[in-house]
Amino acid sequence: MGDLVLIFLSAAVVNNFTLTLFLGLCPFMGVSARVETAVRMGLANIFVLVITSLCAWALNTFVLEHAPYLRLISFIVVIASLVQIVEMTIKKLSPALFRQLGIYLPLITTNCAILGLAIFQTNRGYGLFEGLFFALGAGVGLTLALVLMASIREDVERSDVPSVLKGTALNLFLAGSLSLAFMGFAGLMSQA
Amino acid sequence: MSAPKELSRGVWRENPVLIQMLGLCPALAVTNTVANSLAMGIATFFVLCGSSLLVSLFRNLIPAQVRISAYILIIATFVSIADLSLEALVPTVHKALGAFIALIVVNCMILGRQEAFASRNRVGPALLDAVGTGAGFMIALLLMGSLREILGAGSFLGVPLFGESFEPWIIMILPPGGFFTLGFWLLLLAWLHKRRAARGGETAGGEAGAARRVA
Repeated sequence: MGDLVLIFLSAAVVNNFTLTLFLGLCPFMGVSARVETAVRMGLANIFVLVITSLCAWALNTFVLEHAPYLRLISFIVVIASLVQIVEMTIKKLSPALFRQLGIYLPLITTNCAILGLAIFQTNRGYGLFEGLFFALGAGVGLTLALVLMASIREDVERSDVPSVLKGTALNLFLAGSLSLAFMGFAGLMSQA
Repeated sequence: MSAPKELSRGVWRENPVLIQMLGLCPALAVTNTVANSLAMGIATFFVLCGSSLLVSLFRNLIPAQVRISAYILIIATFVSIADLSLEALVPTVHKALGAFIALIVVNCMILGRQEAFASRNRVGPALLDAVGTGAGFMIALLLMGSLREILGAGSFLGVPLFGESFEPWIIMILPPGGFFTLGFWLLLLAWLHKRRAARGGETAGGEAGAARRVA
């Protein structure tokens, strides 16, 4: 059990997917303008990450043992169809939730955090439960980064910023500072 | 559109990383040394050219409904080739880049070029476009990698530059340095465009257009 908690914490804060591994930067820069949308995007990501982890485990255990060179291709195909299936299911079962997630659900396919998770999980040889906790941690970490970034950006919008700095450059400096702050968590793991 | 224009467009005026903000994940993640940036640039260049060639060749055979999946499959094939070749030829570089070679598949720049250009043009222009964009991506990565390695480790391609007394800015080769470096380059570009626009006034329509894209 201790191991699982460690995996969760490591993925969520110490090796935060967005801020230290640079995975999922597109949504991080794209949909972090408002806290509300950031939360929704984060939740959608957690959902897809967990299901991807399950599928990657199944693929690794039952299929890819026989054809390891097909790993990348089968992962990306499974993720793409998975997102499609999740989208259709949610649309059928809960139209309200579907409307709330909107465009963010299909966009998750090209989010490198999802494929990254599947690859890291495979490289580290995680089992079913380890993989699930890893996915949960990664998702929570992504959500945390998104919400923090969105909160800062909402505040910055109301302040007086030199015009040349406005836009992506400023967001990158903000992200850099957040990343710097998250490096403080690095000490957490070595002592644990 | 003439051939040189297709080639040069991606290199600077529509640079994938610095202007269009595509393919940010690898641009930030693996640019902590010049050697890694170069390897990543070459791998992406290869994948982009190969995919553009195939997509352009098969553009009339791929049904519109499944085109994205088809592009992804083509890209994934070339990435697998790059991944396995790098592992066999230069194992140390492959180890340093880690999962990011495999993650070229989800580099939105590559899919973007297939959807926006290669699927609608003949093989020649599609290849030129891929070469230009790939070169632009490599230039951006090298800009990032050089600055980060020179400041963060005091060396260039592993060769020490400053002698003993230089205290490396460790932060530049750590993750936050990636964000700061890209932020710095964008800031520099925005400042240059602003200054040029102010000097050239309204007559320079092309420059103003470029400045608007940056803004």
